[in-house]
Amino acid sequence: MRGLKFFGGRLPELPKRTQVSGRLFVLEGADGSGRSTQIQLLGEWLEANGHGVKFTGLRRSDLVGEELELAKMGNVLTRNTLSLFYSTDFFDQLINEIVPALKAGFIVLADRYIYTLMARDLVRGADREWVHNLYSPAVVPDAVFYFRISGRQLVERNFQKSNALDYWESGMDLGLSSDMFDSFIRYQRLLEKEFVRMQGEYQFESLNANRLIETIQHDLRVKIGELLKLPVEDAPESEDG
Amino acid sequence: MVGERKYPGKLIAVEGLDGSGKSTQIYLVKRWLELRRHKVFFTEWNSSVLVKKATSKAKKRNLLTPTTFSLIHATDFADRYERQILPLLRAGFLVLADRYVFTAYARDSVRGVDPKWLAQIYSFAVRPDITFYFNVPLNVSLNRILEGRPELKYHEAGLDMGWSADPYESFRIFQGKIAEQYSAMRKRHGFTEIDATLDIHEQQKLVRSIISDRIDLAKFRRKVKR
Repeated sequence: MRGLKFFGGRLPELPKRTQVSGRLFVLEGADGSGRSTQIQLLGEWLEANGHGVKFTGLRRSDLVGEELELAKMGNVLTRNTLSLFYSTDFFDQLINEIVPALKAGFIVLADRYIYTLMARDLVRGADREWVHNLYSPAVVPDAVFYFRISGRQLVERNFQKSNALDYWESGMDLGLSSDMFDSFIRYQRLLEKEFVRMQGEYQFESLNANRLIETIQHDLRVKIGELLKLPVEDAPESEDG
Repeated sequence: MVGERKYPGKLIAVEGLDGSGKSTQIYLVKRWLELRRHKVFFTEWNSSVLVKKATSKAKKRNLLTPTTFSLIHATDFADRYERQILPLLRAGFLVLADRYVFTAYARDSVRGVDPKWLAQIYSFAVRPDITFYFNVPLNVSLNRILEGRPELKYHEAGLDMGWSADPYESFRIFQGKIAEQYSAMRKRHGFTEIDATLDIHEQQKLVRSIISDRIDLAKFRRKVKR
């Protein structure tokens, strides 16, 4: 058992002495950087090794997940409102799902965490101190893996996935460019800048996500395996050449 | 809270315990200003259409914890602030607010939310030009509310805090704690106190004279073409 660690703030629902035996691992990176695929594979591997796994992500709370989806479609929320709505969704999941799972000894795999939420707010001009304060009562993860990927790769993968660029992933609400492709590239670059800035501050592990699925998965298993004292198979051969 | 004001409008807020009569008073202010053809806009706590759906669903199912209760109300406030309050202040309106950030400070602090965290979250909000605090002894406001044995809602009664299983007893405890929070805030936030045990008419006379003294109302007259 270990005590939960917080970034600075405190939540009335989670006393400082809250003890947990589970672990929280976070995967961060742009849409199309391969997070979901990697999380799936990590889950299989952990379960194969007898660990209970819970998956979590953004906009999945019972509380406001649905309303956030609606608001996104209508594009009617202003900046602070959107930030606060997302934070409501996040803290609902933290308090009602993530922490209970950690207490029960599960490995929680988070498909994005506060870093994406903060980066999105910051590129939209939110005050840095305000955003940091908002998320300061969040739980510090055991490890954060940031998927770095080139803009070109990202565009290719987004087209492969849905044949189109997503309005929000292109940051169209920012008015960077009326051209969606141009906006997408510029928006992703702005987000990356925020992530790079956060990397030092929050100690992310940075992964080159341009590589093969198996290679990235192996990297992740080595790092997580070390923390959990799990055996990891050798690196896939295809990467030798 | 933002102290500097870069717009021609004025913001008047009312605060006080449930049953202090503040909504009646702000309604009468609204009617007074409207009938005198002033540019006036009224906004109420927890009324953003967008957020309301989520809030009422959450409240019905008792899904809210102190933190999410606090954040969902902050979301509601931000939506009204960014889309109505601030634009209207900039457009030169008299904006009347039935409850303002102080309601959040009081209620959420009672629920154990960190006041510093909360103050930072609401730091984008401008300080009202006048904040009327309708001061009423706790037993008076409790009697006004509980007289008709109304059905108290779960969060309204503070039942989520587990102080008492009896809604009326829980409400009494909750309101008592909120009263303590308000009295701690009175000086710090420069509330203008009104004795809420006076007749409605007496209170309104006071309120109108304070507003007339502090705000140059002539500036807010609608210009009508003849």
